[in-house]
Amino acid sequence: MRPVYLDNNATTRVDPAVVAAMLPFFTEQFGNASSMHAFGAEVGGAVKAARKQLQGLIGAEHDHEVVFTSGGTESDNAAILSALEAAPERTEIITSAVEHPAILSLAAHLEKTRDIKVHIIPVDARGRLDRDAYRAALSPRVAIASIMWANNETGTLFPVAELAEEAKAVGALFHTDAVQAVGKIPIDLKSTAIDMLSLSGHKLHGPKGIGALYVKRGVRFRSQIKGGQQERGRRGGTENTPGIIGLGKAAELAGLHMTEENTRVKSLRDRLEKGLLQRIPNTFITGDTDHRLPNTCNIACEYIEGEAILLLLNRAGIAASSGSACTSGSLEPSHVLRAMNIPYTAAHGATRFSFSRDNTDEDVDQVIEAMPPIIAKLRELSPFWDGGQGTKDFRPIYA
Amino acid sequence: MLVREIVQLSRQAFTAIYVIPEITHQAEDFAMWDYTDKVKDYFFNPKNAGVLAGANAVGEVGAISCGDALKLMLQVNPTTEVIEDARFQTFGCGSAIASSSALTEIVIGKTISQALAITNQDIADFLGGLPPEKMHCSVMGYEALQAAVASYRGEEWHDDHDEGALICKCFGVDEGVIERAVRVNKLTTPEQVTFYTKAGGGCLTCFEGIEQVLSKVNAAMVEEGLITAEAAYQIGSIDPRALKSKAKPSELRKPRIDVEQLMATKPTAAPLVSPLAPVKTTPKLTTLQKIKAIEAAIEDLRPFLKADGGDCQLIDVEGDLVQVKLSGACIGCQMASVTISGVREKLIEKLGIPLRVVPV
Repeated sequence: MRPVYLDNNATTRVDPAVVAAMLPFFTEQFGNASSMHAFGAEVGGAVKAARKQLQGLIGAEHDHEVVFTSGGTESDNAAILSALEAAPERTEIITSAVEHPAILSLAAHLEKTRDIKVHIIPVDARGRLDRDAYRAALSPRVAIASIMWANNETGTLFPVAELAEEAKAVGALFHTDAVQAVGKIPIDLKSTAIDMLSLSGHKLHGPKGIGALYVKRGVRFRSQIKGGQQERGRRGGTENTPGIIGLGKAAELAGLHMTEENTRVKSLRDRLEKGLLQRIPNTFITGDTDHRLPNTCNIACEYIEGEAILLLLNRAGIAASSGSACTSGSLEPSHVLRAMNIPYTAAHGATRFSFSRDNTDEDVDQVIEAMPPIIAKLRELSPFWDGGQGTKDFRPIYA
Repeated sequence: MLVREIVQLSRQAFTAIYVIPEITHQAEDFAMWDYTDKVKDYFFNPKNAGVLAGANAVGEVGAISCGDALKLMLQVNPTTEVIEDARFQTFGCGSAIASSSALTEIVIGKTISQALAITNQDIADFLGGLPPEKMHCSVMGYEALQAAVASYRGEEWHDDHDEGALICKCFGVDEGVIERAVRVNKLTTPEQVTFYTKAGGGCLTCFEGIEQVLSKVNAAMVEEGLITAEAAYQIGSIDPRALKSKAKPSELRKPRIDVEQLMATKPTAAPLVSPLAPVKTTPKLTTLQKIKAIEAAIEDLRPFLKADGGDCQLIDVEGDLVQVKLSGACIGCQMASVTISGVREKLIEKLGIPLRVVPV
């Protein structure tokens, strides 16, 4: 049986066309894009073409608004550190409780070491941002507000275009970690007030170790990696050309598959959710089901623990992930589920299935077949399970 | 001209060697944790799971909020005090379920007083070891057994609060639980206390509390000659912030057997090593003793290698360098390096000294 890979929010398979596009840049086109000779010129042209491909995917007005980096984490760090450096009189930042650690651990570090005031905006039970709290935190003291476009665990989408307008009104920059959104939903940055956006290659069938930071023209940018004049002096270091070419190709392919992502892939996800909810009692979908990525399903099963689910799924040839404590080495459920106040009875048993264009109808069939007996087996073992007697009284506030 | 030549040459070279690999997948080969085969077996096929109708001793520990909970049910013969049957129900991860199941296997046939002598280490040993971060699963089994025996005797099992102050509020861990875990497992760092009891696994505001209990118990253990003064924990020797930032998922995936920790906390059961040997120094073995011990360890491993169509022979021992020869199906197998590290782990476990294993 074909293994079923449903952990595409963790990483995706590199598209074979991307690999093919990259290969010459390890071999014949090994030149340094900054060199004056033919070797360099050839590569320089290819890097520019890749920049344009990425520009197209995110709807940037100019290709030079794209700065290649090593990935999402570097882009996130660069955006926030640059904003603080460019506006030293502003000493506060705003972010949400459900951001990626690339933002949250940087924010905690800045709070501790640089006396930066960090506003962490809470979310509700469906993972939606507390808009009032966000507005209340905005002030002329804020250097940058950074709110993710889509949450990696639940797929919940944030109204970043509106949030960016609100930030602009107080003169604060707006950054969004769009690592999960780019390639999955249409993005048109030139029509928004978003100043900076982070993206990562390996989440859209590109290679690992490459990403980009979009910096809107006119935004004051302070480079964090000092070195040569690469990327118009905004990111020192010889260009990772194979990675850049791969990211460019991946962006082009993502654009071509955008409709498929929002129709076929979405219908796979929806069919999986429906199938599981019908077959497994005491189960609910977490996140904002009305505003969600088309590929992400986070399903919480009461009275059982996520690592046990993953081990059994793995044995059935299915790869998924979990917000449970035990899978991460931490002892508490994920910060996202805790921020949403998902009760402990279910947070430990939350499982995430994330699709990509590689997935098929058979994949969904396989999970719908494998998952119910796995849940039944673990509930059989669980001292908290009452044999489904409680099903009738089960009224999760998120459903 | 030159560029074009290079281009053509390298393109040829590439078409020759580059093949986009098929996704391959061996379902049970990878695991989120480095669980032993026995842990996996007891998780995938748990023995004695479910409700025991005639139970006259029941121990319940843990809570759903903590991420694991265990209900242990025993049927004790009132005349002989022999545990005739045992069942469990567990909410928790793979190793929690495996530890619970292992516990039932261990206690069946034992008398109540024999059962009381079982430690969490016995449960972990029965399973061929647990990842350090998962030792709390074995402690949960120990606690449930104590609670079940207490219920049989009509006593109240004090699993929290009454046994000294509550130290960790996130996971409801009191001083008594920490003290027991430190004593039984010879723990000497706050991080180990978290792995074994979960205390400090949440907000970590109880770090000072953990430090105090740990250093107090360690000091007593030094007095009793259980650990050396050098190994005992000193308050303030670890910055809790380092501990917190260390709790990153990727970094927690340490090898199942950590030589340092093995040396520090678990004087090996191997008869060649005196339990009273200073913990941080390498026990002195003559080369002959070493060779004999290594050969015995390889002998233990052989059935597993044979099961996969392979074999392993000891070639030479020089200091801490052990040369082995893999044969049969191990040859050319991509898993050979995994096998080698498995052999190394086993040898270290058996001998209790750091070793390097290289194939020849």
